[in-house]
Amino acid sequence: MSSIPAILPKDAAAAEGKVNVQINGTWYRFPKGTRIVDACNSVGAHVPTFCYHPKLSVVGSCRMCLVEQGMPPRLAPGAAPTYDENGYQPISWMPRAVIACANTVAENMGIRTNSKMTEEARKGVLEFLLTNHPLDCPICDQAGECKLQEYTADYGRGTHRFTEAKTKKGKNLPIGPRVNLDQERCVLCRRCVRFMKEIVGEEVLGVVNRGTHNAISCYPGTTLDSNYSMNTVDLCPVGALTSKDFRFQMRVWFLKSTPTIDVNCGTGTNINIWTRESKVYRITPRQNDEVNSCWMPDSHRLNYKYINAPERLLTPLVKTDAKAPQRPTTWDSALNLVVEQLHKCAPTETAIVASARMTNEELYMVRALARQLGITKLDIVSRKGAGDNMLVSEDRNPNTNGVKMILGKTGTGLNAIRRGVRNGTVRFVIALGEDLTSPEAGFTKEDLEGLDYLLTIHHSENETTRMSDVVLPGVTFAEKYGTMINVAGRIQRLNKAIEPMGEAHSDWAIFRDVSERLGCDCVKVIACPTPMMVLEEMAQEFEPMKGLTWGNIGNEGKVILNTGVTIPLIERTKAKN
Amino acid sequence: MSEQPNAIDALTAAKPSPGEKYFPKFQVTEELTAEAAKLVALYPEGKEQSAVLPIIHMIQEKHGYICPEAMPWIAEMCKSTPIHVAGVVTFYPGIHTTCPGKYHFRVCRTIACALSGGEELLAYICGKIGVNPAELTDEHPMAVSPDGLWSIEPVECLANCGFGPNVMINETLYSQVTPKMIDKLISEYSKKD
Repeated sequence: MSSIPAILPKDAAAAEGKVNVQINGTWYRFPKGTRIVDACNSVGAHVPTFCYHPKLSVVGSCRMCLVEQGMPPRLAPGAAPTYDENGYQPISWMPRAVIACANTVAENMGIRTNSKMTEEARKGVLEFLLTNHPLDCPICDQAGECKLQEYTADYGRGTHRFTEAKTKKGKNLPIGPRVNLDQERCVLCRRCVRFMKEIVGEEVLGVVNRGTHNAISCYPGTTLDSNYSMNTVDLCPVGALTSKDFRFQMRVWFLKSTPTIDVNCGTGTNINIWTRESKVYRITPRQNDEVNSCWMPDSHRLNYKYINAPERLLTPLVKTDAKAPQRPTTWDSALNLVVEQLHKCAPTETAIVASARMTNEELYMVRALARQLGITKLDIVSRKGAGDNMLVSEDRNPNTNGVKMILGKTGTGLNAIRRGVRNGTVRFVIALGEDLTSPEAGFTKEDLEGLDYLLTIHHSENETTRMSDVVLPGVTFAEKYGTMINVAGRIQRLNKAIEPMGEAHSDWAIFRDVSERLGCDCVKVIACPTPMMVLEEMAQEFEPMKGLTWGNIGNEGKVILNTGVTIPLIERTKAKN
Repeated sequence: MSEQPNAIDALTAAKPSPGEKYFPKFQVTEELTAEAAKLVALYPEGKEQSAVLPIIHMIQEKHGYICPEAMPWIAEMCKSTPIHVAGVVTFYPGIHTTCPGKYHFRVCRTIACALSGGEELLAYICGKIGVNPAELTDEHPMAVSPDGLWSIEPVECLANCGFGPNVMINETLYSQVTPKMIDKLISEYSKKD
């Protein structure tokens, strides 16, 4: 009592709209209204949770997040509060634990996440959660990333006190086309129920029966068939909901996760690619509150099979004669042949069909190549589809904004190229990362047969590569570094998760090598050792990219363009808060 | 490996009961819809889901139980979802998913009644109406006699603890019930039409 600070901490905090909270003996300041669980986690005092998820409503049903809590003592009438030398009131600890998820911090509150009482409380909760949990961890897909397993390691008893038989519930239930349900493994956190109700708005999941027979279910005749259904698998803290695509494929501890972005639409959903050696096993969403929150559509999540498909092109292919079959060759001879052939193509009769699925670095190199060859007929294939008012954008190309910035194209010139091919003014075509016979590109087989020369760079075999004079094997999004700009103008990074298949080369490097052999002497192009360097070159040229480096884009990306386009799901989430 | 086909489909699996012949079959009629709409109108706009329970009670009173066909209809009436209605129906043991008999015994087995003879009474009634007491489980706490006239269900407190054991037949409460009284009641009820 000898020396109370002139300004009490509570007044200082109140001026900032904050409150003082003591967590495990240390005082911190948090904004008013912060949940205890978020406050504790933010300072490294981890609070175990099953039902709590920051993006869903709070139900407080699992009780795993119990913490010991205390407040200043309630004063007798007329009594003045006492303060210690740091200006805090003494904390009188409550005899019962409180749940950290449903309670918010208050001035001079004390929290203990590591006290004996907290530990006892959590042990008790966990013991009940385990009473009916099957002991099938060895064959459970969630093993290794299971919350129940983790917390059992922290708070489990090691021995079982219950002698009663475990309750039997439904196992291996096909609850949806992409999701399987095991009711016995469920801890009834109801995250999946809340996700479907609050985020997707399709209340197909519910809890049926009572007490120990409680189970997650859908109504017979309805299924969990939303395009966002697999997010429930990510949300499930245990192995109750499993992905039909991933189950029994690989133990998760063998997988390496690489943060990157999805390339199926203009949203650029942030994802993790899970790989082992050179195989992709699954894709999960990565939290980015400005792009995709914590979710991703199933259609995008499952579109990865082509990466390890047998159709992948593994070596350069060349036709030595117009009618001869394609045969594999080495990069060196393929590139030399390409250069020789390109020299023969009249620039006015040559067109480049590039792709808005390319990274900015690749597009930059395409521009260099086009300039080197003197080609002006250059455009991309635009892809439009229906937006779903959630995360799937109408623009099915991931980098339309990059193309606009670097090439200045929007896909409108493709018609002219197609017309040129048909009336004979375009006799040579360079197809980069696009199948020209796809419905979006709109070329027919006859169009391609009529060409004098077709050079293709693509990662997989398709109609166009089969008809090409030279095919150079490129890579998929999982095998390269690069950046793309999403519909909202955010530049985001692609990271290499696996090495290129076979002898495939990164597309940007192929363009660089071709340019170099064509006689390009621009050091900015030919001397680039990595796509990160290409990015720095671009940062000097393009105004919106000014100051950008690979490092400062970060895992969350950076908004560099004001496109006026927003992502519906994110807008809704922001409006709610 | 379980005998039931699937825990999800079991929610709406038909559970035939001999009691069905004593109750009108559930059918969506104009009157029923109007009656349900009246219940829904008791709640403010946007809170229509609150009427799920009152409508369930109304249906159970009329038809004896909540049949699988009723659940989607209730959901539609209350702007709710079938799975929500199924959750409510399966939560309360007092809401039946199989048809009870014409006369439904509710035998209290909460502590006061159990101590004063309720447990024995339960077994006695089972014997009288031709039901195997082993049929009464936590998951299926109701059994119907083969003729469909009787059904029995152990229940929790009937709020008459001072005068146990208590038994309810349909909506009538009988207290301080003895096996002799049961004999008399059964013969009386079976004479009713």
